[in-house]
Amino acid sequence: MKQSKDNLSVSARRAFFTQASSGVALLALAPGVRLVDLALARTSDEPASTTQRWGLLVDVERCVSDCDACVSACNHEHGLSGDPSETNAQWIRKVDLEDEQTGHRLSLVLMCQHCEEPPCVDVCPTGASFRRDDGIVLVDKHICIGCRYCMMACPYKARSFIHENLSGQKTHAPRGKGTVESCTLCVHRIDHDDSPACVEACSEVGHQALLFGDLNDHEGPLATALSNASSRELRSELKLNTAVRYRGI
Amino acid sequence: MKTIYFQNIRAGRAFWLALALVAAMMLAGLGAAHHMESAGHWVTGMNNQVVWGIPHVFAVFLIVGASGVLNTASIASVFGCDEYKPLSRLSALLAIALLAGGLAVLVLDLGRPDRLIVAMTHYNFKSIFAWNIFLYTGFILMVAVYLWMMFEPRMNRFVRPVGTAAFAWRLVLTTGTGSIFGFLVAREAFDSAVMVPLFILMSLSLGTALMLLLGTLVFWINRATLDPELVQRLRRLLGWFVIAVAYLVAVDHLTRLYVTGHHSLERFILIEGGIYPVLFWGVQGLLGTLVPIILLFSPRFAGKGYLVSAALLVVIGGLAQVYVLIIGGQAFPLDLFPGYMVTSSFFDGAVAQYVPSAVEIVLGLGGLALALVVTLIGARVLPFMPAEVGVARAD
Repeated sequence: MKQSKDNLSVSARRAFFTQASSGVALLALAPGVRLVDLALARTSDEPASTTQRWGLLVDVERCVSDCDACVSACNHEHGLSGDPSETNAQWIRKVDLEDEQTGHRLSLVLMCQHCEEPPCVDVCPTGASFRRDDGIVLVDKHICIGCRYCMMACPYKARSFIHENLSGQKTHAPRGKGTVESCTLCVHRIDHDDSPACVEACSEVGHQALLFGDLNDHEGPLATALSNASSRELRSELKLNTAVRYRGI
Repeated sequence: MKTIYFQNIRAGRAFWLALALVAAMMLAGLGAAHHMESAGHWVTGMNNQVVWGIPHVFAVFLIVGASGVLNTASIASVFGCDEYKPLSRLSALLAIALLAGGLAVLVLDLGRPDRLIVAMTHYNFKSIFAWNIFLYTGFILMVAVYLWMMFEPRMNRFVRPVGTAAFAWRLVLTTGTGSIFGFLVAREAFDSAVMVPLFILMSLSLGTALMLLLGTLVFWINRATLDPELVQRLRRLLGWFVIAVAYLVAVDHLTRLYVTGHHSLERFILIEGGIYPVLFWGVQGLLGTLVPIILLFSPRFAGKGYLVSAALLVVIGGLAQVYVLIIGGQAFPLDLFPGYMVTSSFFDGAVAQYVPSAVEIVLGLGGLALALVVTLIGARVLPFMPAEVGVARAD
């Protein structure tokens, strides 16, 4: 009996320590796992996945007419000259609107809308225009043949063709004469858990007109903002399900 | 049955002079393409608003014409009209030559023509461009086989089935070319199912006009004349094709005029768009449609000179039509914000400006020249030219 009592107490102690150590391990790991889940959902060496869909909300009421901080930041980030000639590349642009009936004025930014069903991807003969699993629409500069069919197909005129030799390129934003390019949503920054340069610049000047986030994260700031107030897609009749949405138009 | 003898084109002074001229034009086109590639597309009139310019006008014109020019051979082989047989071989040669010219312009206008191999090895099968790569190469292959059936007496019995396949293929090819524009939902000037039948009819009209014009030229170089009876048949055919194109153009515009949302586009193309209404009414409508119809149907203008003039006007009108369609369609601003006046640094809301530069015009003409070089060399190397027509002889 004594032996069996001793055995019982030993096994109870063992069970206690096993459960306690599991609990401690769980307590130690769980917040970390949750944090990683919230912030990245993947490490930088993992491929993009459909668990995320990156997007933007443009709050037109906060977008100031004579401010182009986002455009300047984009140009600086990607090594664009910013010269507004007919042949120069513009990845993001300020557009001023005036209601034909009432004269009401608005100002907003326009760039690649990162459509879920991008017409540029449909028409590209070589597959150079492609959509990443996380929704970012990009151009593979190695197989773009410069046919410009994607520019004909883009409903937002968001793409530019490189008409001349380039200098001063950034390593994270390679560009090439004779190929087509457009807003990458600063994919190089997103892959390092950062927000696009235009969003950061807008925030720095205090306008907060651009909100970046994961459309699939229903508790995240972007999805919450979109569910709390009305917003719309541009050219919604085309049913492209754009990742860029507008509030205030 | 009548036997038709064929011969190689005579290598007289006219032949060498013509070959030298078109070869020089072709080399100039190559030089223009080299300049465009090394300097960049800023040397053209194209920009980020008008992304397809005059090279595309020439390319589409030549490709549409290529499929149409095969008609003469198809009428003989598929529809059994033996009167057209003397021109069958030339018709097929011109089809290959014009397509080669159009494709050369298209490829040399690419931003990266050096990556042609990429276009041949990477395919996105949802792209109409990718379909067209197969349609164009398939057409050249099929017409080459068709020619083999015509040339080789032992294979003559297969002329009809192969000719029928080539005829079907050319209809699909023109469907593909029209779909390049018809499927562009983003731009209201293009997004229309009418584009496909319009392109097919344009191919019939332009192809017949090119057959008459280039046929006359090649026969003149060969110091021969086209059979007058055949010419009369082609004259009537061309007249009806021109009327058919005009009808479909009218249907296309009337459909858009019925829809209030398209009124501003129609006002732009038909009235206020500067060069585009001038080209539409003046060149496409008057010179390219009305005048040729009068010249082709009125007995007062029965002479051959009038016929050649009519064919030339149809070709000029066709070029104007493609110009208005491709360039005018891009010049009209996208309506991203209905109900708003729009301005931006990227020319939103503004009519896009485009003036073709000399370099891109030379490239376009170079494509036409390449087609003529292929035709002349082909006709010199192989017996494409009918030697005697209408000689009664037992087969």
